Formats: sequence, structure tokens, C-alpha cells
Amino acid sequence: MEFYGEGIPYLKEVLIKGRLIVIEGPDGSGRSTQIQSITTKLESDGHAVVNTGLKRSELIGQGILEAKQRLPLGKKTLTLFYAADFVEQLEHKIIPALQAGYVVLADRYIYTLISRSIVRGLSSRWSHDLYGFAPVADLVFYLDVDPDELFHRVFQKYGVLDYYESGADIGLATDLYDSFIAYQKRMAKEFSQMARQYNMIRIDGNKPIGEVNASLQEKIDGFLSSS
Amino acid sequence: MRPRNQPRVEPKTKGVLIVVEGIDGSGKSTQLHLLDKWLRSKGLLVFTTEWNSSEVVKEITSKGKKKALLTPTTFSLLHATDFADRYERNIAPLLRAGYIVLADRYVYTAFARDVVRGCSPNWVRKVYGFASKPDISFYFKVPIDVAIDRILVGRPKLKYYEAGMDLNLSNDPFDSYRIFQSRIIDEYESMTEHEDFTVIDATKDIEEQQVVVRQKVTSILPKALANHLEAPAVVPATAREGK
Repeated sequence: MEFYGEGIPYLKEVLIKGRLIVIEGPDGSGRSTQIQSITTKLESDGHAVVNTGLKRSELIGQGILEAKQRLPLGKKTLTLFYAADFVEQLEHKIIPALQAGYVVLADRYIYTLISRSIVRGLSSRWSHDLYGFAPVADLVFYLDVDPDELFHRVFQKYGVLDYYESGADIGLATDLYDSFIAYQKRMAKEFSQMARQYNMIRIDGNKPIGEVNASLQEKIDGFLSSS
Repeated sequence: MRPRNQPRVEPKTKGVLIVVEGIDGSGKSTQLHLLDKWLRSKGLLVFTTEWNSSEVVKEITSKGKKKALLTPTTFSLLHATDFADRYERNIAPLLRAGYIVLADRYVYTAFARDVVRGCSPNWVRKVYGFASKPDISFYFKVPIDVAIDRILVGRPKLKYYEAGMDLNLSNDPFDSYRIFQSRIIDEYESMTEHEDFTVIDATKDIEEQQVVVRQKVTSILPKALANHLEAPAVVPATAREGK
């Protein structure tokens, strides 16, 4: 298995038969819709698919949500919590599925976690190094959507802006709209800066769902048939 | 290729960070307790913090820990989270405010234990890269048999992770514990020089060790604080209990 950084020494000899495909992008970029239809297509083509996402582990998944509502956690503490939560899923779900030959379709991976950490003021180098235990993904897509467009999509879908996804915890602006736009811009900037390092494929997420789906599916099919 | 920020310059601290390290049963907590009492009796501002003691982290993980089988990397990151919470909440602000912070185990415990559990030594050091270097780190050096005798007195059972049972070293918890602790000693030994440990012979009498510890501490305190130590003890009416 290949890792981004120092890796996990006790897993170095593990043989991977599956493929890891990641769809990154902010809330409202259409990730989950795309993942649903890609999963359906891949399964109909005969691939065994496992879906994963962030904030789903049993270990601390619920705990984080509760704690964030009750008491302010420090930035490093929160970042490390997310890392612990992520590695729990990585070792118990993602890696076993890859060993067994599944196509793992990840609704976000380490890149969102790294960006959040950097945008909240932690050292970029530390944030990247922290996730040095993560296996290298085979394909990484980033659904890029203009912050203005995102705002409308999020608002129409949920009727309200998420506190953290608007960066309200870091005091970027007193106005929630300004804060949302500023936060999303910063996140997008981090993604564009790490695009090359992690071989990210940028997809224009402003386009209609069908068009986005066609370009994702084409690249995934191309990759799976060539490997 | 990776975007690199400017190195962050931590604000210069006024406080003093004193750390004790050693395997279970090395007597380091007893020594720290006596040090705490002494410094407080001299009217100094002291804060003591223990490894793996953050209430916040405990609360969040207590359910999950029972359900999940923790892998070494998860284990490592949970301890790092615990440390970060205590660091951000207490250690860093109190050092800036001029306190003497006493830490019962510090990053070196992670460097030793997590590496024995199979994590990458470089990765663990990077994860804890935000922690400031102690002004003095005592390493209580003790032969494995002495430590094990001290720990096992009156204890019929060892806990699963405490005994290192997750490492499959032995099916017998006591054998496992001995092998696990020996490996931790090896890690401590290997970093003693590089990390500037002040080594204390932990086979000596408690009081004898404490005399040495107090001498060393006196020698590293800034003059303003060291002057307090020469004054007679003040009995603080509202001294906060150190744990």
C-alpha cells in the first residue's frame, strides 16, 4: 500500500486489490447526488462498491457533534479529533474494503479535513503531515462551485446556513452571508493549492447535474477499464 | 510542492515547563507530587496536568472505546487529541501567564508508546510538533522488575490496553505487560540524549530522589522565581490541590 506521508508501518505490506475514488467539494456542490448515480452505474457494470464519508465513525462521530454544540474546542483539539475519527474509518472500513477488492467511493477524504484545519489558522505543513498516514487515492475529483451559487443551493436545500460550513466559528465577518462567501473562497483556495500535490481533477460543479455526472463517469470508467 | 506556511513563531513564554517521564511504577508521579507541594509552599503559581486526563475527550470517546477495537493509529490520535485539549486549554495559556506547569507525562510518552504500538516515529513527532519544549524533562530510570513489583502489588488484574494485549505479544497479560514495558524503556533510552532528559535513578529512596529533583529545578528556574525558593515556606490558605 502507498501512503501520502509517513504512512502506517504495520499496514505497509497490505496488498490492495480495490480502487479508491474520492469526490471532494463543499456542501451543495452535488457530491452525494453524484455518488448515488455513480454507485448505481458501477454496480450495474458489476463492480462491488463501498461508500464512505466523513463524520460517520461510531467511535466519536456523534460525540463531536454534541461537543461542538456545548463547548468550544481548541483548533488543534478539533483537528486531531477529526483525524482520529477518520483513521478509525480508514482502518476499519476503507482499507479492509480495498483489500477485498471493492471500489471505495469516498464522499470526501483527507483533503477537506486538511483545508478546514489550514483555513482555521493551523500550520499548513502540520496539517498535511498529520494526514501522512492516509493511503494514496487512485482518483480524486474536486467539484468546484462558485461561492455565490453555493449559497443559493445550500439555502434552498436546508433553508439555513451551517455554522461551521459558513466559517462562523472563525469570525471572518459579522454578517453570515459575507462569512459564508469568505469561508468558501478560502476553502477553494486551499483546494486549488493542493490540487497538484494530490493529483486532483477539477470538475466545474456550476454545470447541470447531468453534465457533471457525464464527465465524472467518463473519467471513472476510463480509469477502471485501464487498470 | 506542498504549500508551506511561514514557520510560526510561538510567543515567548514567561512560565516554566517541567516534565516527568518514565514507565508505570517508576515513581515519577510521587516525585511530581512532592515537587508540586514544595513549589506551592513557596508561594509560586503552579499547575499540574496529567496524561490522558481531558474530561472533554474522555466524554466523547468513552462510548466509542467500549464498542470499537482501537487500532494503534486511532489510539495515538485520541491521545494526541487529549494532549491538544490540555495544551490549548491549560498548558499554553498558563505558560504565557508565567505559571510553573508540571506535566506528569508529556509528548515523550507518545513517542515511546505509540512507536512500540507500531506507529511511525517521524509521524508521531510531527503530530506533536506544536508542543513547546520543556525547560527540564526528568526521566525516572528503573529496572523493569522493580517497576513491575511496585505496580502489581495488590493488583490481581491488568487492563487490556495497559498490558499491551493489543500487540499480541503474549496471551498472558503479565508476560505481555513485561514485554510491552521493556520496549517502552528501550524507546525512552533511545531518546534520552537527543531530548535532553535529566535522568534520575528511580531505585533510590523517594526522599533522596526528591532532593536531586529540587536541586535541578532550582537550577533552571529564572532568577525571579528561584529567589522565592530561598524564602521560608508560606502556608497558602487557599492553595489549590495538585493532582
